Amino acid sequence: MSQPRSTGLTQRAAFVGGGLAVLLVSLSFAISVGAVPIPQSTVWGVFANKVVPDWVEVTWSKGREAIIWEIRFPRAILAMMVGAGLAVVGASLQAVTRNPLADPHLLGISSGGAFGAILALLHTGFFLGMMTVPIMAFLGALGATAIVLGVSRFADATSADRLVLAGVAVSFIVMAGANILIFLGEPQASHTVVFWMLGSLGRAQWSELVYPLMILLGAGAWLISRAGALNAMTVGDETAATLGIAVARFRMIVFVVGALITGVMVAFSGIIGFVGLMVPHVVRLLVGGDYRRVLPASALGGAIFLLWADIAARTVMRPEDMPIGIVTGLVGGVFFVWLLGRKRKI
Amino acid sequence: MSASLSVQGVTWAPSRKAPQVLHETSFDLAAGRVLGIVGPNGAGKTTLLRLLYRFHKPASGTVSVGGDDIWTLSAKATAQRVAAVLQEQPSDFALTVGEIVALGRTPHKRGFGGTTGANDLEIINTALDQLDLHGLAHRHLGTLSGGERQRVMVARALAQEPQLLILDEPTNHLDIRHQLEVLELIRTLPLTIVTSLHDLNLAAGVCDDILLLQDGHPLGFGSPDEVLSEAVVSNTFQVTARRERLAPSNSDHLTFHLH
Repeated sequence: MSQPRSTGLTQRAAFVGGGLAVLLVSLSFAISVGAVPIPQSTVWGVFANKVVPDWVEVTWSKGREAIIWEIRFPRAILAMMVGAGLAVVGASLQAVTRNPLADPHLLGISSGGAFGAILALLHTGFFLGMMTVPIMAFLGALGATAIVLGVSRFADATSADRLVLAGVAVSFIVMAGANILIFLGEPQASHTVVFWMLGSLGRAQWSELVYPLMILLGAGAWLISRAGALNAMTVGDETAATLGIAVARFRMIVFVVGALITGVMVAFSGIIGFVGLMVPHVVRLLVGGDYRRVLPASALGGAIFLLWADIAARTVMRPEDMPIGIVTGLVGGVFFVWLLGRKRKI
Repeated sequence: MSASLSVQGVTWAPSRKAPQVLHETSFDLAAGRVLGIVGPNGAGKTTLLRLLYRFHKPASGTVSVGGDDIWTLSAKATAQRVAAVLQEQPSDFALTVGEIVALGRTPHKRGFGGTTGANDLEIINTALDQLDLHGLAHRHLGTLSGGERQRVMVARALAQEPQLLILDEPTNHLDIRHQLEVLELIRTLPLTIVTSLHDLNLAAGVCDDILLLQDGHPLGFGSPDEVLSEAVVSNTFQVTARRERLAPSNSDHLTFHLH
């Protein structure tokens, strides 16, 4: 007899196990490639000795160890967190807006985050200490979210396509503001900021990774705990309300949580677009539409995708690092076009 | 189990200053009865239904289900008593029929996150069986016909185990066989049911009571024969209505003509 859910624990275990295996292989590969290629055995040897000192015999130079441990490991971990975070935000926004095109980048939330971060980097100084840039990025993302929601209400643009148009419009305005901030900034610092804004994972440091990690785990766990409500939201506002969900408040909270994740990820990595649009779509093709599966799978898929995007960014113009936002923009733009074509056929 | 519905002096307007969309309306529906809400387009049928399933809060008056004002209950507690089948169509988020029907268990979940217990599975399976959907449990909603989708939404509402079921134009976009199937189901469910219907003859056939609305005013509440008289229907819908007796089935049937 066919049961509605519980499609077998084995199948689920296979998906989770397979996903984690792909993630691990991708991670290993991401750390071994670069301007200086390093064998994967060395990668895991260094890792083993960091976990348990003197576990493995050292067959590599101090310099290689530094490249692996101080540069490539934190960078790869940041890539995974940013990918996971943006994909989870995209999936959640798609449910509460009932809009398969919702994405933190398309809705202007990333631009708002960038605006806040640039304001902190170039103009206000670090008045809140280490956390100034992430906090300002969060506030910027929140501000942009509020403006998008305001505009969509003002323009009566609650339908899927028009909400995206409102987001794109706000995104342009906020980016114009951000560019003014860059233009007014000190030239040398502005130059650095421009590169950061195109998306870069190059400045990842162990000491700072804990902030995005905490936000990702906390906000991600909350979203997964609300997977049932997110499912209900995909059916419709009124139906969700008849299931006992406080629809307007829930949507608002999801937007704030989305702005929180996006803002922090933007603060550490610049604008990396389309991850939140692409990953959930591919994930739905693989695991179906239930958010209990969509959210964890999106986190996994986003992490894997961004590892590979970063591998591409570091190898295409070796030894130069290409901004990763260019890679995701290129792939994502093509994906977006494909998605539009596919929607028309339905 | 079914619950009584009592609507006492409710009115509704989109905002405090806006003109009323629904003027003072009162009626009592005993547990287990089927109420049909009829009226021309824009009469306020959907507005009244929204007040019943706690989507709009009445500007004045009360809506009580099983003796309790639904606005003194929480949204979740209301959802445990009242389910609704609306005209909203889910956008294609790749949910399967089984997953959509499982949504009906949402208001019954307890604690953080809430998992689906064995009992829930049984209820979901019963709802799927009741609407003959078991073979479709793993299909995506996007691949179903209009009639099948409507049955999915009814199954979802039944999985909610409500005492009062509200349906907004359940026969819309259905072919005649599926219309009759939905109506047959309405007749047999052991629930209190409120449904809006366009077709007056279908309404007269399936409902115990009829509420007729025009421009937000209740024009009558009572048995179909009482409320749907030739004069009242002619007046309300601005047509010439005639009540005729169909010879083969020996049942009453309204016919309509422009003046």
